[in-house]
Amino acid sequence: MVYLDHAATTPMLPEAVQAMTAQLTVTGNASSLHAAGRRARRTVEEARESLASSLGARPSEVVFTAGGTEADNLAVKGLYWSRRASDPARTRILASPVEHHAVLDAVEWLAEHEGATVDWLPVDALGRVHAEALREALARNPADVALATVMWANNEIGTVQPIRELAEVAREFEVPLHADAVQAVGQLDVDFAASGLAAMTVSGHKIGGPYGIGALLLGREHAPVPVLHGGGQERHVRSGTLDTPAIAAFAAAGRYAVAHRAEFAREIGALRDDLIKAVRAAAPDALLGGDPDPAGRLPANAHFTFPGCEGDSLLLLLDAQGIACSTGSACTAGVAQPSHVLLATGMSQDLARGTLRFSLGHTSTAEDVAALAEVIGPVVERARGAGLS
Amino acid sequence: MTDAAAPRRLRVLAAMSGGVDSAVAAARAAEAGHDVTGVHLALSENPKSFRTGARGCCTIEDSHDARRAADVIGIPFYVWDLAERFREDVVEDFVAEYEAGRTPNPCLRCNEKIKFAALLDKALALGFDAVCTGHYAQVILREDGSRELHRAADMAKDQSYVLGVLDDRQLAHALFPLGDTPTTKSEIREEAARRGLFVAKKPDSHDICFIADGDTQGFLAKRLGAAEGPIVDESGEVLGTHDGAYGFTIGQRKGLRIGTPAADGKPRYVLDISPVDNTVTVGPAASLDVTALTAIRPRWCGRPPESGPAGYTAQLRAHGGETEVSAEVVDDTLRVTFTEPVRGVAPGQAVVLYDGTRVVGSATIATTTRRPAPAAAAPQQAG
Repeated sequence: MVYLDHAATTPMLPEAVQAMTAQLTVTGNASSLHAAGRRARRTVEEARESLASSLGARPSEVVFTAGGTEADNLAVKGLYWSRRASDPARTRILASPVEHHAVLDAVEWLAEHEGATVDWLPVDALGRVHAEALREALARNPADVALATVMWANNEIGTVQPIRELAEVAREFEVPLHADAVQAVGQLDVDFAASGLAAMTVSGHKIGGPYGIGALLLGREHAPVPVLHGGGQERHVRSGTLDTPAIAAFAAAGRYAVAHRAEFAREIGALRDDLIKAVRAAAPDALLGGDPDPAGRLPANAHFTFPGCEGDSLLLLLDAQGIACSTGSACTAGVAQPSHVLLATGMSQDLARGTLRFSLGHTSTAEDVAALAEVIGPVVERARGAGLS
Repeated sequence: MTDAAAPRRLRVLAAMSGGVDSAVAAARAAEAGHDVTGVHLALSENPKSFRTGARGCCTIEDSHDARRAADVIGIPFYVWDLAERFREDVVEDFVAEYEAGRTPNPCLRCNEKIKFAALLDKALALGFDAVCTGHYAQVILREDGSRELHRAADMAKDQSYVLGVLDDRQLAHALFPLGDTPTTKSEIREEAARRGLFVAKKPDSHDICFIADGDTQGFLAKRLGAAEGPIVDESGEVLGTHDGAYGFTIGQRKGLRIGTPAADGKPRYVLDISPVDNTVTVGPAASLDVTALTAIRPRWCGRPPESGPAGYTAQLRAHGGETEVSAEVVDDTLRVTFTEPVRGVAPGQAVVLYDGTRVVGSATIATTTRRPAPAAAAPQQAG
């Protein structure tokens, strides 16, 4: 199989598998006081220190969660509730319209059920939020803003946001800025302290770690209201027994991904450029989504719109040829909807239905790209023949 | 040869509703060596997000059930959104037909316009050779290369009636893996269980998939609103009122809500529905007897019938029996004369003609001729 969907999930790194399997057979709840518990606690805390070091954070700023979605929910809902509790006027949320659904739907839920008003920050045709746009939205009434949230890099079209600039603006208005950095870690230089963010979401399985583990990096001055109540683990912000094997493996993956990041980004970026060239040669009318400047997009991301084609048809035909990729759009009961990201960038409904995302990763090879190059032309032609239903 | 499957390996698109029949059909097609891809048609624009007491169609659960079945069979699976086409071609047509005083069969319409048109066309464009469904019917390939649609081997399960709209081209790309073996429902469920398909125990769906609770009248009332009108007898005397003529079907006995009994004390039935003056005519069972009908929009499953009247059997409802008829085509209109009068024939229904087990074709009933009775002798135009 030619796997070109690493942004969905990427194979576990051997280092992570080793770290995880080593812990799976060892008993001990990290919250227990006996020797077994202390041993588990030591593993967790060493992993916390390691992950913090990989991501430019202090260990106390790492709150482990059961994945990126939970971390996003904790940041958005938790900060909304805590900021509103300290000042009832703070009910406005500033969010980019190109967020992952874990943020988008949490924001919309707060608007529907918790009295939040939402200002969707304008994005340009590349899906980028400009610092001036954030400044303008904040300046309208800095006192009523609960939080702002803008992802570090977009999961569909790969556009990188000017996070440091945005965080600087938010800091100026004393508003916490959260960023979903799930796609950025391992591809971009992600340094929590240097970013100036109040909170940042990271996930294990996108960087070669296991599923079901993630973390919210959270500045010490922030105390979001918990989404999960219970035993009071993780600064009383996130209750639940700590998943020692997954945490150890997450840290191992983080170490590897960050240590090899520069080299990986360079190599995978070159391979990605080859992929873009190959697709354009085979399907000259394909439109590259996101930033054409490699500096402004994730090095492992390539995103295309194929006019007159249904993304579903393209995916089916590639799948039949043993090539795995994604339409990049969200599914409701498996029914593909035009991507909200592309609609936010101003793309028409019809065009937005004909997209494919190819995302590379640590197992990708030139052969993968060659295999795609061989079939993509006829596949696009055939999908176009089937038209838009 | 019992279906469109030539010995060669076909690329087959299996329509999987999430029910047991289509799952077993897909499994049999895959087992026969075809290259099968499963597809669930999302036909409802507002799929219910949880299972309700009555079985609907196209819920998220149905989609998941179909996906699970495809995973077990080991075939790729996708969901295709044909909700807009379904709404336009099937649901709106259904409502418009009732509004016009006719009694449509949306399943035939769906097979003609969705499964073996919209879906088939897309499948062919994407390089598939055939669409496979869980219908109980047989496609038989003749030596001259033409195809015939026949009743299922098991008459009790036969669904050829709802496929009577398929033409030669559609039949050439249809695969019905359930039709050629006499199989009871419990045997199909056993087979599903044996294949590890957990839909084995899933209840059957309703006849009209887009009316999840089975309340057709309620559905129509919501769409068309209440419109009070008179219920009259054959002499025109007003016996009561109704909330909308569309809520009635010819031959219907229950739900008339007429206070006064008939003079002869016998039950009364809906004889006629006139949407123009919103009038429902009722009368005795004998007045329901239909001796002949005309039907429009004929579609032939394979070769059209020879010219001149010929003897056939006809089926008038999805679960109806067979009746002997003489039929001929005149100016693209099918004229059918019944050997014995039949009851409960409504304009809008499909008449499907059979020659033995072979489906000759179908047409939409336009007018019926009632048996000359002392009171009313003239042919009645309904709808």
